[in-house]
Amino acid sequence: MQYILMLYVNEAGWEKLNKAEQEQGVAAYTAYTQALTKAGVFKGRQRLQPSSAATTVRLANGKPQVLDGPYADSKEQLGGYFAIDVPDLDAALAWASRCPTAGHGVVEVRPFWPPEQSLG
Amino acid sequence: VGVLEGEAQARSTADAVARRSYGKLVAFLAARTRDVAQAEDALSAAFAAALADWPRSGCPANPEGWLLTVARRKMIDVARHRRSGEIATAQVQLLSEGLHAAEAADIPDHRLALMFACAHPAVEAGIRAPLILQVVLGLDAKAIASAFLASPAAMGKRLVRAKDKIRQAGIPFAVPERAELPGRLAAVLDAIYAAFSEGWTDPGGIDVARRDLTDEAMFLATLVTELIPQEPEALGLSALMLHAHARRRARRSADGDYVPLAAQDPALWDAPMIAAAEALLLRAGELGAIGRYQLEAALQSAHVHRCRTGQANWAAVVKLYDALAALAGSPVVAINRALAIAERDGADAALAAMPQVAADARLADYQPYWAARAELLARTGAHGEARRAYEIAIGLERDGAVRRFLQRRQTGLGD
Repeated sequence: MQYILMLYVNEAGWEKLNKAEQEQGVAAYTAYTQALTKAGVFKGRQRLQPSSAATTVRLANGKPQVLDGPYADSKEQLGGYFAIDVPDLDAALAWASRCPTAGHGVVEVRPFWPPEQSLG
Repeated sequence: VGVLEGEAQARSTADAVARRSYGKLVAFLAARTRDVAQAEDALSAAFAAALADWPRSGCPANPEGWLLTVARRKMIDVARHRRSGEIATAQVQLLSEGLHAAEAADIPDHRLALMFACAHPAVEAGIRAPLILQVVLGLDAKAIASAFLASPAAMGKRLVRAKDKIRQAGIPFAVPERAELPGRLAAVLDAIYAAFSEGWTDPGGIDVARRDLTDEAMFLATLVTELIPQEPEALGLSALMLHAHARRRARRSADGDYVPLAAQDPALWDAPMIAAAEALLLRAGELGAIGRYQLEAALQSAHVHRCRTGQANWAAVVKLYDALAALAGSPVVAINRALAIAERDGADAALAAMPQVAADARLADYQPYWAARAELLARTGAHGEARRAYEIAIGLERDGAVRRFLQRRQTGLGD
């Protein structure tokens, strides 16, 4: 089954780290990605720019209404994701708890729909 | 053989299979697909087919195998209809694998794996016990709802949601690895104990659904100890439930009045059941890993010993409560510990050891807290305060027999 690990973090935290600490943080994610790849479960990853860079769009009376900022205005924001392919939820949870984010943020684990039931 | 006789025989065979094998069949059918609802539907269709076929063709020598084969064909039909092309082929192949195994008399027992799926941390804690009762024992939502004091519609919805979660999230049907087993087993045992406690809240045995629940919970606990015999906490839970169950007849007088432990007649206790509980606790102790249920069973054992011999053992009881509080602290444990301290050191010390409403808001409408407080206040001579505490306890009590008991205590207070 394919799962997404959504990484929710306190964005202010990153800014407070010094350069060496930031480098260490990046190295931890690189090592984690390598571990996923080596285990043959890695399907993809992306890191998102801070939510200050986010813009939302919805249609109001048929016209696009564009607003500054993320959809949910909470302290913890989606900062990136990993996509993995593992046999079951326990395996996904085991990988999620090894993710560096689990130490300072929250990892939300959700299965993808199987391909034949996804949109389009 | 007459038609009626054939039907009666078919029904009694089907009932017997349902009783001994329902959970085994559901577990086997759902193990590959993780679709519990689909397995239950297929199995109930197979039972319906059996009741139509067996009166005419006679009961099969291996009714479980017969039901499994029919149920799996139904699941394959559903998969063919629901999906198209490649996916259907893959699913049908998955379902057909080992179809021959289903014909064999010996169906592998995946019930424990099913219980671990139902009590998975990703399943809402409050629905785990009802879910296990439904999928392992085949109880219907209506019976479960009445036992858990919920509406059948609401209970049905929550059960459906939990089964959807198992299937969608990919919760595995597996007994966890050695390292994870104790933590995950605790959730299974907690669910079984929750079912037992629900049954236990009807000590008069008036409500059939609830009385049956204690038996079902004891059956599940025994099943766990048979499937993983080396887990001390599973043995501890069995011992605890046997101890409680052994005293069920002594908890009410002939007039239906509540009889507290200290006033019970040990002759009314089920001695062989107590002996069985003690043997289980001993076996658990030999495995050398203490836990909540073993401590609770040890407390039951200490109470029984004291009542039988008349020798006060409150110091030992307080020690057991200390250990229990350190391991699994809760308002219930704190209150019972205070009551034991009252016997050892007096009511003033006990009142000082009682938890405070200011620190735990749940206590404000928790009957045992107010009953214990009233009892302790009465002993210190603070009758006015005791009377008020009894009033609150009486207002919170669901059970009429216990209410009458509290009312008598309140009336018996001096000025």
